[in-house]
Amino acid sequence: MAVQFTFTDQNDTRSGFGAGLLELGKNNPNVVALCADLTGSLKMDAFEKAFPERFFQVGIAEANMMGIAAGLTIGGKIPFTGTFANFSTGRVYDQIRQSIAYSGKNVKICASHAGLTLGEDGATHQILEDIGLMKMLPGMVVINPCDFNQTKAATLAIAQHEGPVYLRFGRPKVPNFTPADQKFEIGKALMLKEGKDVSIFATGHLVWKALKAAEILDAEGIDAEVINIHTIKPLDEAAVLASVNKTGCAVSAEEHQRHGGLGDSIAQVFARFRPTPLEYVAVNDSFGESGTPEELMVKYGLDTADIVKAARAAIARR
Amino acid sequence: MGGRWNYFRGMASIDELKRIATQVRRDILRQVHAVNSGHPGGSLGCTDFFTALYFHVLKHKPDAFSMDGNGEDLFFLSNGHISPVWYSVLARSGYFPVSELNTFRKLNSRLQGHPTTHEHLPGVRMASGSLGQGLSVAIGAAISKKLSNDSALVYTLHGDGELQEGQIWEAAMYASAKKVDNLIATVDANGQQIDGSTEHVLSLGNLQAKFEAFGWMVFQMNGNDMQEVVAGLENARKHTGQGKPIVVLMKTEMGMGVDFMMGSHKWHGVAPNDEQLAKGLAQLEETLGDY
Repeated sequence: MAVQFTFTDQNDTRSGFGAGLLELGKNNPNVVALCADLTGSLKMDAFEKAFPERFFQVGIAEANMMGIAAGLTIGGKIPFTGTFANFSTGRVYDQIRQSIAYSGKNVKICASHAGLTLGEDGATHQILEDIGLMKMLPGMVVINPCDFNQTKAATLAIAQHEGPVYLRFGRPKVPNFTPADQKFEIGKALMLKEGKDVSIFATGHLVWKALKAAEILDAEGIDAEVINIHTIKPLDEAAVLASVNKTGCAVSAEEHQRHGGLGDSIAQVFARFRPTPLEYVAVNDSFGESGTPEELMVKYGLDTADIVKAARAAIARR
Repeated sequence: MGGRWNYFRGMASIDELKRIATQVRRDILRQVHAVNSGHPGGSLGCTDFFTALYFHVLKHKPDAFSMDGNGEDLFFLSNGHISPVWYSVLARSGYFPVSELNTFRKLNSRLQGHPTTHEHLPGVRMASGSLGQGLSVAIGAAISKKLSNDSALVYTLHGDGELQEGQIWEAAMYASAKKVDNLIATVDANGQQIDGSTEHVLSLGNLQAKFEAFGWMVFQMNGNDMQEVVAGLENARKHTGQGKPIVVLMKTEMGMGVDFMMGSHKWHGVAPNDEQLAKGLAQLEETLGDY
């Protein structure tokens, strides 16, 4: 059965993180937060104000932040690090690999401004490789929620999970449509719209666009299934396979490089268990550039129209 | 089979520590010889420090290791390649059976080439090997202790060459700015690294002045004089809680205790052959029994 969703308002996923972190602070004295000079951008200011003794401003020194977070777990703290997605991953990959992942530390790496929708700051800050980097690390959980409510729910859920987590979210205000009281289950895909002709597996900001694409396809007589893959690792392989067993073809949609993202994870499931035509909606081996989020999503092929086109192409290959 | 030392903080005399140290040096040579790999040079140079730390200075519970180490002093080895000396003192002080030293660097061992928590070796609280990361982790652990009102201390060891890594100085800046004063960092200043002397590869300049400029309390000691090491570490301990992180710059000789391994960087990462092992062991009394 599909989950009920209704558009309520426009809000940014990073604010969902900030709201979740504040709630965690109230309910769990072991939760601590670290930030590398981006407290406002990460919406961590409410936590800082409410719990100054549990907030650590480390300055512009992300490598040190990851190491301190790893150390804080010794003694039972649950550290949440906050900075932009490119500074949360590529810049500190070896620190995460050795001090957090290989050391098995219970650190929550929370990353905002992921992908093209960071906008005008341009390609230096628009990381499109972070999902791939993080999902390759043994034991790392990778989550990319789709709206404010889901990001807040995910923030609460990862505090309950023992082990390192990468939580990816973004900057712009986007439709908020999943239920405010949803229970977030790590690794469990959400059925948003059932359909029989094509499966659309979407993550992050592309989920709303996938729902819009399904409406357009519906007008053409194509019954698309839309599944929200908020957890890229561990991937809900059973949900992916169940859907394509019904539809026979698929589209993956993500704000990430085609190489190494959600699409590749799904392709691996198809290759291992059930060869299935798959069309990628993703950035095709390219850096981004300056522009508004909307302009960039169109130029780099990540818009609603691109999902519609990909769905038609997938069906044609079935 | 090799024995352990029955240990309580502050109990061992200088003579007893020296006797333990010769056994630790034997363990180092035998570990690296058995697998024809590993890092004996820095291990031998830091043996006196490790022996003093584990058998005299640390407040710890070798027979009841817990990752959290609440109420215990914690030690982090940042220059993980000198694992043979650490493994020896961990085993000899009771963290795991001394016989397990025989598995060093072998398949399915908890004694990995570089230390790790991954195989759950008692005594190890973070993986190290990729250099420059240990000071940050130690700062985190020190802050965690403060949050828990735990008055125990956090110690680290770094190589001097390791200080070429930028993360060390990010951490150094943080520790003084945020008054992490339950932390004692030590630096193995042997002046050597893989490609030659630190002076030749990339001069570290005046380390005392550098750490002072970063807001640290700096002490120096001869890391190969047991009396001085014990006194130096106890002195550092006395200066904790005064609003500043502490660093002890420890002059050592790479390869100390084995004459043909001293005075060169050649034995940084090279194991002795059979003949060299015999020659080295002849210089080191077997005081606690080989494993």
